[in-house]
Amino acid sequence: MIALFVVLAVVVVLAGTFVVARRRRRGPRPATLVAPPRAAMPEVLVSEAAPMPVLADASLETRLASSRGVFDRVRSLSGTGDVSAEQLDVVEEVLLRSDVGVAMTQSVLDELRANGAPQGVAAALRATLLDSFRGDRHAQTDAEEGRVAVWLFVGVNGVGKTTTIGKLAKRQHDEGRSVLLAAGDTFRAAAADQLEQWATRSGAEIVRATEGADPGSVVHDAIGRAKARGVDLVLADTAGRRANSSNLLDELAKVRRVADREPGEVVETLLVLDATTGQNALSQAREFLAAARVTGIVLTKLDGTARGGIVIAIERDLAIPVKFVGVGEGVDDLIVFDPEAFVDSLLGP
Amino acid sequence: MFDALSERLERLSSSLRSKGRLSDADLEEALGDVRSALLEADVELGVVRAFLDAVRERLSGELLSHSLSPGQQVIKAVNEQLIEVLGGTPLKVTYASRPPTVVLLAGLQGAGKTTTAAKLAHWFKQQGRQPYLIAADLQRPAAVEQLRVLGAQIGVNVFSEASSPVEVATKGLAEARRLGRDVVIIDTAGRLAIDQALMDEVRDISAATSPHYTFLVIDAVTGQDAVHTARSFHDVLELSGLIVTKLDYDARGGAVLSARGVVGRPVVFASSGEKMEDFDLFYPERMASRILGMGDVLSLIEQAERTMDADVVAESAGRMMSGTFTLDDFLAQLNQVRRMGSLGGIMKLMPGVTKEMRSAANNVDDGEIAKVEAIVRSMTPRERRDPSIIDGSRRTRIARGSATSVAAVNQLLKQFAEMRKMMRQMGSGSTPQMPGGLGRMASMAARGAKGSGEELPAGFEALGAGMASAAASRGGKNKKKKGGRVTPPKQR
Repeated sequence: MIALFVVLAVVVVLAGTFVVARRRRRGPRPATLVAPPRAAMPEVLVSEAAPMPVLADASLETRLASSRGVFDRVRSLSGTGDVSAEQLDVVEEVLLRSDVGVAMTQSVLDELRANGAPQGVAAALRATLLDSFRGDRHAQTDAEEGRVAVWLFVGVNGVGKTTTIGKLAKRQHDEGRSVLLAAGDTFRAAAADQLEQWATRSGAEIVRATEGADPGSVVHDAIGRAKARGVDLVLADTAGRRANSSNLLDELAKVRRVADREPGEVVETLLVLDATTGQNALSQAREFLAAARVTGIVLTKLDGTARGGIVIAIERDLAIPVKFVGVGEGVDDLIVFDPEAFVDSLLGP
Repeated sequence: MFDALSERLERLSSSLRSKGRLSDADLEEALGDVRSALLEADVELGVVRAFLDAVRERLSGELLSHSLSPGQQVIKAVNEQLIEVLGGTPLKVTYASRPPTVVLLAGLQGAGKTTTAAKLAHWFKQQGRQPYLIAADLQRPAAVEQLRVLGAQIGVNVFSEASSPVEVATKGLAEARRLGRDVVIIDTAGRLAIDQALMDEVRDISAATSPHYTFLVIDAVTGQDAVHTARSFHDVLELSGLIVTKLDYDARGGAVLSARGVVGRPVVFASSGEKMEDFDLFYPERMASRILGMGDVLSLIEQAERTMDADVVAESAGRMMSGTFTLDDFLAQLNQVRRMGSLGGIMKLMPGVTKEMRSAANNVDDGEIAKVEAIVRSMTPRERRDPSIIDGSRRTRIARGSATSVAAVNQLLKQFAEMRKMMRQMGSGSTPQMPGGLGRMASMAARGAKGSGEELPAGFEALGAGMASAAASRGGKNKKKKGGRVTPPKQR
């Protein structure tokens, strides 16, 4: 019952806080947008967004360009394969700017330092990063005999869950499977309308309910309908939710349980991650993994300038493989994740 | 993170003090730690470098104050610098002399523009204005529908039609004039900064409506890319400010500093939840402590003020200080706290709360609180006023009445007694044995905020002491549970 004690502690602290606050309150806050006056301060810290350094710049031993880009251009001449401090600095900068994260960057640098780079820094770095992607990337579409395969989509708000479902519906449809969409996002205004438009575009069926309905029941109905009609795959949307709210995660866990009950079988739980997300993506992955047993990641918005390097940390720490990548707003802009292409674009200029 | 950071900084040799100033080597070591902390918080690398240069400038040659350790001095400088940069020259929203005042929102996909448009309209409405919404996001399926639903919720009309975004914006503006609305908010489609066609489109919308204010909506979980986005949008639209969303996530939100650092325009609003009310002006002090992981006491206080019944709490808090706190008061407080939302969320806002405490709070479910409530409600009024009269047979009765066990009743009573003891200490102002980092941190937060002039409740020391005692007692619990672990909380 330690938890109870925490409740008590919170009560105490809050009450204290409140007393203090009340004693000091000076009437209602003015509703104008005036912040307190300040002394002279920097308006702009950085006037230009710095470009990503190219690894080749770090290597004093750069050779002729080849057709395969920066990695083949960088060849270390030194026989010992030691990595210089300057080179490590550049590698660090590249990784940090790609959102790989401080801890993961540090461990990559340690590996480089320990293993050296007989084939050049870029090649060594590439190999090290590729080594992070060991998971099985196959997206499962088959359920047990007599059950309906369900893919459940989870993630925080605004990452592109609904859009991803629309694109995947098209993809699965093109591969010859019949698909049914379950509009499990009953929270966000017009989320079901959005999914319905995707259903029309991709030729899938949709099951939806009114806003505020129980998401579990929507998914349940969708599976029942899919079973009755002999549909191959149900793609179930869920409302975006922050990963630090146990209530919302419990709700999600419940939706998953409902979806996994006869005749449904959750064969994939896909966490949709936005490539522009920084270090928070790691805690998102951790929380959603615990709540909904995530089996794969869909990395969206990779067509922008963000590089989505955090998935390296996620694969290494949590062993959740990236399965698909979103690269645009068109219905076909969703591709199967290719580690080599990803690493190359991460390290590219 | 900040716990780790402050601990590391504390370790800076105190022998430095005799020298009267930080040595360069020590300063660099300390700034290295600060660098890691900022990067973990998603501040962009270039911005981190420029920021550290500014901190270095601030610290170089500065004499060490006697009351602060070198580490604290560094933290203080970092915190002050953060507040300065985040604050900048504040934006004062004035209304156009010839209404309507036009506000344009732009940003990446999924940053929260549509929700923000509705929240902003709601905010203006609360300021006594008559806002009007224009849904110019014709890109995302059902975006217009979403804004319509939200508009209906807050009672603000939404204009849209199936033409082109520029046309929608101009016609909507004309319609707003006709209706005599004085604030117009234009929601645009999410776009990538490198999508030339869409960037041209938003520039056209801007040219056609000549907005008084153009805000970039930026998501607090954004990583290093924040600078590119902010820079590109600023180049095309000339932003008047930033609106940061999703502050209810557990991200540190360094993106705000990154964007602020390249654009040089103030962050004006902050959005922190899914409800229309979760939207307010931006306070640099809060963001600074958040980026450094110092907890957000000010938000906590405000949340408390918003949701708690002042009289109920003040009354029982008064009794609490005088040590005459009863189980009735406890019940009242418990209900007040529950109104504020999840315990995990509250704990997150508190400075100096350890990870263990936080996860413990996350594990408290409503069922458990309901059980506690049931136990207290199964007591007679006299028992609630004076728990000492509760003997064995009363305990059995209470356990049966609340459908719990005698053990649970015992535990509750024991913990209540402990709590009461703790509160008496707090009320009499004596700080129990281990003020530790908590008290210091709280007093530091108080200093930092005071310096910047924002209204801040004093008496943070008292708060810190309260938390310290809470932590200390909890440490005692741990000791019993785990058998002889006597590590004070601060070092964990």
